[in-house]
Amino acid sequence: MNRINQKLQEDKKLLSIYFTAGYPSLNDTVGVIEDLEKSGVDMIEIGLPFSDPLADGPTIQASSTQALENGMTSEILFEQLKDIRKTVSIPLIIMGYLNPMMQYGIEAFCLKCKEVGVDGLIIPDMPVDVYHNDYQAIFEKYGLINVFLITPQTSEDRIRFIDSISNGFIYMVSSAGTTGAKNSFGNTQETYFDRIGNMNLKNPQIVGFGISNHETFTQATHKAKGAIIGSAFIKHLTTHGTKTIDTFVNSVLGKQ
Amino acid sequence: MKKTYHVNEKGYYGTFGGAYIPEMLYPNVEELRQQYLDIMYEESFQKEFKQLLKDYVGRPSPLFYAERLSAKYNTKIYLKREDLNHTGAHKVNNTIGQILMAKRLGKTRIIAETGAGQHGVATATVCALMGMECIVYMGEIDISRQAPNVARMKMLGAEVRAAKSGSRTLKDATNEAIRDWISNPVNTHYIIGSVVGPHPYPDMVARFQAVISEEIEWQLQEKEGRSYPDHVIACVGGGSNAAGAFYQYLDDERVNLIAVEAAGKGIHSGESAATSVLGEDGIIHGSRTLLMQTKDGQITEPYSISAGLDYPGVGPMHAHLYDSKRAEFISITDDEAMTAGLELSQLEGIIPAIETSHALAIFDTRKFKEDEIIVLNLSGRGDKDLNTYIDYFKL
Ligand SMILES: Cc1ncc(COP(=O)(O)O)c(C=O)c1O
Repeated sequence: MNRINQKLQEDKKLLSIYFTAGYPSLNDTVGVIEDLEKSGVDMIEIGLPFSDPLADGPTIQASSTQALENGMTSEILFEQLKDIRKTVSIPLIIMGYLNPMMQYGIEAFCLKCKEVGVDGLIIPDMPVDVYHNDYQAIFEKYGLINVFLITPQTSEDRIRFIDSISNGFIYMVSSAGTTGAKNSFGNTQETYFDRIGNMNLKNPQIVGFGISNHETFTQATHKAKGAIIGSAFIKHLTTHGTKTIDTFVNSVLGKQ
Repeated sequence: MKKTYHVNEKGYYGTFGGAYIPEMLYPNVEELRQQYLDIMYEESFQKEFKQLLKDYVGRPSPLFYAERLSAKYNTKIYLKREDLNHTGAHKVNNTIGQILMAKRLGKTRIIAETGAGQHGVATATVCALMGMECIVYMGEIDISRQAPNVARMKMLGAEVRAAKSGSRTLKDATNEAIRDWISNPVNTHYIIGSVVGPHPYPDMVARFQAVISEEIEWQLQEKEGRSYPDHVIACVGGGSNAAGAFYQYLDDERVNLIAVEAAGKGIHSGESAATSVLGEDGIIHGSRTLLMQTKDGQITEPYSISAGLDYPGVGPMHAHLYDSKRAEFISITDDEAMTAGLELSQLEGIIPAIETSHALAIFDTRKFKEDEIIVLNLSGRGDKDLNTYIDYFKL
C-alpha cells in the first residue's frame, strides 16, 4: 500500500510540512526532510522550485527564486533523494508546477519518483481533465498518488468529481488567495471547513494555505484529517536556519 | 472535417492552448468560458462594441496604399493603420471589448498586466470611460524605463502596482495579475493584453481584434476588387495584432500569413525574443504553447529593443500556425527594425511603433512579386518610442 494511504489510516490529525528543495542552501534538502521526520511531522511536501509559481505568495516565491539561484533542478533533486528511503519512512510528496515536469518528461519524472521513493505529486496548474485523460494511467503505473486542490469557490459537483478521481487525500485550500501564513481563521473558513466536512467524501481532506501555528492548525483540523504548513515554515528556515526545526514543529503541535 | 486553424471546442489550437490553471482560478475562468460567446454575440453587445469602436476609437482604420514604399520594393503594399486608433495602437480594440464583457459579467474591478505600458494605457482608458476601478501590474524594471506611460495611466486614474518578483518585467507582471485574480475571485475581471493566457482568453482576444481583418476584407474589395491579399504581415509579441490581421484569412489558404518576431541582437546571441524558433512546448500563464525556457523548464527572460515584443511565450494560435507551417515565421534584429522604422518615416511620413518596425523590416530580406498584394498591419505609432529612436539614431 502507498505510504500516503497507510498514513491516512492512522487515528490522529496529521501535520504535513512544505519546504522548497534546495533552500536555504542547495544541499539542505535531505537534512531538512530527516529533521522534519525526527520532529514528529507526518508527511512532507518537497517543493520543486519554479521560476513562475502562480499559486504562491511572496514567501514561497522568494524561496523558489533562492533555490533556483542555488542551482536546484529536477535532476539534482532526484540525485539528492536517491538514498532518502534508507533514513526516512514517512510519506514524501513532490509539489511543483507542470512545466518543469513536462521538460523532464512526465513519464520519466514519474519513474524517478518511484525509484527514489516519492509517494505522490501535487501539481497546482495541472487541470483535472488533462490528468484524467493524459496522465492518470502513467501515475497509476508508477504507484503515485495525485493530489487535487479544492477551494471555497469550488462547486459541489466539481468536488464530487475530484473526489471520484482521487485516491489519497484532497488538498483543501483554506481561502481565496495564494500561499501565505495567517494568524487565525475567521467565520467564513469555519463554515467552509464544516461544509466540506459534512459532504462525506471518500477521500480525507487536508487543509493548506494560511496555516502557521498551533491555533490555525487546531482550527483547520477540527473537521479535516490534517493540515499543511508551508510559508510559516519557510519563514522559520529563513530566520533561524535549519538547526531548530524541532522547535517549530513542537510549537505547532502545542508541545510545550 | 474541414481543416481549421481556429480554436476547437476544448480550447485548443492543435496541441496548444487549454487552461492550465490552479483550481483557485477555475471558477473565474470557467464563468468566462461558459459565457463569452453568448455575451459577445448578443445584439446589444455588438451594437455597443461597434459604436464605441467607431465613435471613440475612430474606426474603421484606413487601409493606406503606400506608394513610395511599394515602389522601393517593387510590389504592392497596403498599410492597415491601427496606429491611428485612440491611444495609438491596436490594443484598444481588445480593451473596449473586454470592458463591455466585464460589465455584463457584473464585475466592478479591473486588473491588467503591462510591459511597455501600451496595454496598461488602453485598459486605464476604457476604465476611465466606464468609471471602473483599475489596477495595472507592471514590472519594477519596466516602470523605471517606461515613465511616460506610467504617468498616462496615473492621469487616467489607474493604480500602477510594481511587480517585484522574479525578473520584474512583463511575465512577472502577468504572474502578479493572476495572483490578484486568485485573491479576488468574485468582483474582478482580468483584462489580459494579448492572445495569451488560459482558454478562453486567446480566442476571445482574437475575436475582438478580428475587426482588423474584417475591415481589410471590404477595404481591399473596394480598392482591388477582391477581398483577400496574397500576404498579410504582422509583428508578434503575444500575437494579438497578428491574430486580428490574420483572423478572417486563417482558413483561406490563398492568403500567405507572415508573422514577424524580434530577434533582438540575433537569434543565437542569447539576447532574443524569437519565441517560435527558440521556444519549446510547455506551459506559461495557463496556456500550453511555445516558450523560451531552460532545459530544466524554468522560464527565461527574452530581450528585444521593443518592449512590446519581449514576451517569453507566444499565443497558442501562433504556436500552432508555426508548428503546422500555416504561417511563415521570420525574425528581425533590433538594427534591422530601427532602420525600417526610419525608412517608413521618410518614405511615407508615418513614424511606426518599434514593434511594427520589425514587420516593416522584412522587405529587405523577403522578396515579393510585382503584382502581389500585401497588407502589413501597422500595429502602432512611434510616439511612445521617440526616446529609443532618438538614442539609437542620435537625433
Ligand atoms: C504597437 C504594438 N504592436 C505590437 C505589440 C505586440 O503585441 P501583440 O503581439 O499582442 O500584438 C505591442 C505590444 O505592446 C504594441 O504596442
